[in-house]
Formats: sequence, structure tokens, C-alpha cells
Amino acid sequence: MTSLTSHPSAAAAATATSAGPAVSVRDVRKAFRLPHQQYSTLKERVLHPFRTTTYDVLQAVDDVSFEVAEGEFFGIVGRNGSGKSTLLKCLAGIYDIDEGHLEVNGRLSPFIELGVGFNMDLTARDNVMINAIMLGLTRQQARERFDDIIAFAELEEFLDLKLKNYSSGMTVRLAFSVAIQVDAEVLLIDEVLAVGDAAFQQKCFAEFQRMKEAGRTILFVTHDMSAVERFCDRAVLLEKGRMIDLGEPAAIGRRYNELNFGRTVHQLPGDDEERFGDQEAQIVDAWFESRDGERIVEAAHGTPVRAVIEARFHADIDDPIFGFTLRNQVGTTIFATTTDLTHEPTGSFRAGETVVVRMEFQNMLVASEYRLTPSIARAGSGADALDLRADLATVVIHGGHFTGGVVNVPHEFTIERGG
Amino acid sequence: MSATTESTRHRHAPSAFGDDFRRFWNLTVTLATTDFKLRYFGSVLGYFWSLARPLMFFGVLYVVFTQVLRFGGDIEHYPVYLLTSIILWTFFVDTTNACVQCLIMREGLLRKMRFPRLVIPLSVALTALFNLGTNLIAVLVFALASGVELRWTWIEMVPIIAALAVFAIGIGMLLSVLFVRFRDIQPIWEVLSQILFYGSPILYVSAQYEDFEHAAVMANPIAALLTQMRRAFIDPYAPGLISATGGGLRVLVPLIIIAAVFALGLWVFSREAPRIAENL
Repeated sequence: MTSLTSHPSAAAAATATSAGPAVSVRDVRKAFRLPHQQYSTLKERVLHPFRTTTYDVLQAVDDVSFEVAEGEFFGIVGRNGSGKSTLLKCLAGIYDIDEGHLEVNGRLSPFIELGVGFNMDLTARDNVMINAIMLGLTRQQARERFDDIIAFAELEEFLDLKLKNYSSGMTVRLAFSVAIQVDAEVLLIDEVLAVGDAAFQQKCFAEFQRMKEAGRTILFVTHDMSAVERFCDRAVLLEKGRMIDLGEPAAIGRRYNELNFGRTVHQLPGDDEERFGDQEAQIVDAWFESRDGERIVEAAHGTPVRAVIEARFHADIDDPIFGFTLRNQVGTTIFATTTDLTHEPTGSFRAGETVVVRMEFQNMLVASEYRLTPSIARAGSGADALDLRADLATVVIHGGHFTGGVVNVPHEFTIERGG
Repeated sequence: MSATTESTRHRHAPSAFGDDFRRFWNLTVTLATTDFKLRYFGSVLGYFWSLARPLMFFGVLYVVFTQVLRFGGDIEHYPVYLLTSIILWTFFVDTTNACVQCLIMREGLLRKMRFPRLVIPLSVALTALFNLGTNLIAVLVFALASGVELRWTWIEMVPIIAALAVFAIGIGMLLSVLFVRFRDIQPIWEVLSQILFYGSPILYVSAQYEDFEHAAVMANPIAALLTQMRRAFIDPYAPGLISATGGGLRVLVPLIIIAAVFALGLWVFSREAPRIAENL
């Protein structure tokens, strides 16, 4: 199976700095003071005027510099607490910066999140008008665009329903539909794609594509590496407020995955580890590796991957069954296999012997994180477990087309015109 | 398009006013009307409930003062005065009380959206002003029914209410940003507003200028405005602002205090505005 990874944006990345920058960030620093007491009172202030309040300083954004060209789709990625949202708020003009230089050329969208200011006690109709005015439309403009907004959200029948009776997906649809009406040249978006069903997500992606083609500059904060790879021309990776990488999205995605999951692979299992079996044979380790036999924590969609189990026997056992179960982030089993399904009897093992079992598979998995649950069972039905260790190894798959599905099954189309 | 094109800017933390008056005003009105709507249409008896509180207060005070204490017999249209002053006081205290917590209440908006920060306390004041408008209908009906004559001087109510609103907004701006820093502002303001309530001629009326202490009482803007209200709205023979303060430059004292409080509130608010979002 060939690699599906393709980057229409790679060319754009090279030219990203040739146009005048829409956003310019130079040596920006932003710290928060975290006072040790919850809040101060005027009484305390009057009674102890000279007492200095103690606080910790959290350097949320530490010396970050980059430029975003006009018409560029720029990703800001990082783990929780890496300072990406703070940076976005500084850009949006919600927070003041301590040091450095920030420039935004062009009209900036005032929101950084969808559905800001939605009131659950009002109808969708009222909320759309209020939200549109908050975005900077006049009442007149809001009225003119009202039908388009509702049509895009596909909520015509629910116009007079109060928002508290909406599902979260419906609310997001409504919020997104209003937000795209903003006449801004520079859009700042914080985690929009976390919610909404696959079909609507697809529609949002299409809308992003359209905005991109219209030459709008979009800065986009997310955890979703597949979205970054699909839409961004470039991305910046933040960790603890510092910029640790800037460049092509696929590379940033890999760095992010290493950062995020690199350590979980060889993490010592805690006490809460899910483990079954009588331990007469023990799974010592499990990992993923490439065809070259190199241990990996991330792989590109389409490249073959091996899942490996290392086990030690404490008793003589004949024909044990080795099992591999791959689950995705939400815990759905994507793929499971055992040696007794496809392999000949595995042979006899003596106490003290170790074994390494490799299972190579065609990597049809879509971009996401997958966990391997290795198992060993006695010959027979497979129910007599020797050892099973849930989610022992992790691999992150990146690249590939976003389809909304769980796997990308190799396929071909045949189109026949009717006579 | 109402959002202005921002050219190169070094820093762009949110200010109190912003740079686009139309957006500022649109936002203020939208927030105020939304709040007003929610209050009135949220329950079947919305209008009734919002009027019930000042009316109940009025009823209790009226019975206690006129029936039990036999007070106000010599005051022309005392019940009308009592109701009007209570309605005006309600506007003042509603505005300031709501302002105390308004920034905290709108935390979501402040943290997620760039807009002029002053919109929040102003929209609170505007909601209270809408409320005052609906309550004044009840006052007018009651006044006319009680035999108060319609006079040209009723127009004076407009600048009186405007001055009261300016005073309330000045205090409101100050309280709202102080509350972000000091959470005991709320009980402190409750006590202070109680003192102001009893220190102002709401239950009683102010007399002619008599001595220096009296002039000091009239420095209180609420006292000054209610006294002028009585002359303009209810009884043209009652002492107004000029005779109650003793005339001369003393007339200016309450007005200067209103202006000074407003200026102070605005200054403190503008200074704090860029950091409101992160201090919440």
C-alpha cells in the first residue's frame, strides 16, 4: 500500500514569508502572577499596607517570535499548558504582553472561541443576532445574513428553540455558522474542531479551505495533528511557553507526537495497570517498530508497522496463543488478531525461556493514537489467560487524508457512464 | 463594516473605550436589551415582579410613616414623593450593585473576546435605566391619580435622571474594577449604600437652607437631585436645589462631586481595563 501523505501546502510554506506579514510576533513574553492567597481583600490591604503579597510567576509565553504571511493558514500547537492559548489571547488583544512586539495587519476577528456570549435561555434566533453583533456586524448586516447563517448550520426547523434545548453539536454548528460571517482578514481560532459530528466537521474543513482560498489569514490553535497537517501551511510548536519548533506541519506533527507520547511508551506500568492471567508466562515488554527493527512511537500512515511482544515463561507451556489488540483513543478495538487464527502451533516453551513475537501489519490506520494490548493464553479457546497487559504500548499515526473513518481500506473506483 | 482596520500596532490590549464608537454602542445596547428581555420575558409576570420590589418597599414605608408614625402629613403629596424617590433610589442602587459583580458575571465574554471593556458596566446601567423607564410609568400614573399637576418643569426630570445615572455609572465603574481585585468590595458597598440611603432625603424631605450642617448634607448628590426632583415634579413651592443649599457656589458642590466621582471611576477603569481579563 502506498503512502497517502501528500502536502499541497509544502510549496506554500516556502513562500510564506515573501508577502508582507499579516501577523508579526517578535520576542513576545507574557507572565502571570499567581498569588498564593485566593484573592486579596481591601480590609487586608488597609490593615497591612506594607505587607507584600507573595506570588509565583508563571512564564506562559517565553520569547516567542514568528511571522505569518497574508493568506497563510498557521497552526499553533502544543500540549496543555504550553502557552498556546495565552499566545492566541495576546494576539487577539485580550491579554496585554509584558515584553516584545506584536503586530497584526488587517481586521482581526474579535472571537477566539465559538459561541462566545451564547445565552442558553434565548432562542437560536436571538442568539444568532446577538452573536453577529458581537462579531462586529451591524443589526442591519446581521438581519441580511441571518438566512445564510441558519442555512449553513442546517437548523431551520429549530430556530425558535431555546439554546438550552439544543444538543452540543447543534450549538457548535450554530456558533460556527455565525463565526464564519465575520468580515475579518485575520482569524484566530481556538480548538474549533473538538466537537461536532463528522459530517459537520467535514463541512467546517471545506469552509476553512474556502477561507484559505479567499486569502484570509488564519491562526489556529489545536491538538489535532491531522487537522494541522491537512490545513496548515506552517505551524509552531510550543512547550512550556517556549517555541521549540517552527516549520512544515508534518514535521511539527511528528515533533508534537514525540513530545506527547514518546514518554508513555516505556512508562513503567503503575499499580492501576489492567492486567489479567496467572502469570505463568509474563509479558515483559511490548512496543512498535519499523520494518528496520527500530522502535518507534509514531509512524506515517501507509508505512508498515510491527507490533512486538516480549515474553518470559515461568513454566513449561505448549503452543501458547499470542494475541494483539489495537485500540484507538476512545477505546474502540480497531483490529485484533491471535496466532491461533493465522499461525501454525507456536511450539513448546520451557520455564525460563523468553520469546519475541512480531506481527507486521499494513498500516491502514487513520491519523490518531493507538494502543496495543498484548496477551498470552494457553492453547485452547484462548480464554485461559497467562498474561494480558492493557494498553502497554502506544503508537501515533500521522498523515493520510482525513476521512472521518477509522481506517483507510485500500480501494479503487470504477466509474462507468451509462449508455 | 464596523470593525476598523487596525494598522500596525505595538500593543493592543483591550482598552476601556476601543476605537470604534459604533461597535461600542451596538454592543452596549445589545447586552442591555438582552438582559432586559431575559428579565421581562423569562417569567410570565416579568414586569410585575420588577415593579413589585420597589412597590412593596414603598407600601411598607408608606404604612409605617404615615399611619404608624404620623409622618409626612405636612408634606404636599408625601406618598408621591416617597414613591418617586424610592424608584430613583432603586435605579441608583440597582446600577451600582449590579456593577460590583458585572465583570465577574461576564467573565466568559471578557476572556474570549476583544471588545471595549467599558461596555460591560455601561450595559448594566442601561438595563437599569430601561427598568427605571418602565417603573416611571407606574410613578406617573400614581402621581396623576394623586392630584399632582402636569407642569412644564417635569422636563427637568430628564437632566435630574441623567445626573443620577452619571453618578451611578461613575461609582459603578469604580466598584466593578475594584471588585476584580478586592472581593470584600461587595459587603463594603452594601454598608455604604445603606448609609447613603438614610443620609438622603428619601423617607423625609430636605428643608430650606438653615445652617452649615444642612449645606453639608446637601453636598450629597442624591440629596441634591431628590430635592430638585421634588420641586420640579411634585410641588413647585417646595425648596429646590438652590434654596436648599443656600444658593451661590454651594449649588455647584453636589454637581462637582458627581463629575469628580465619574472622572475618578473612568480613570481607574481605563487604567485597569487592559488587565481585567487576566485578573479575573
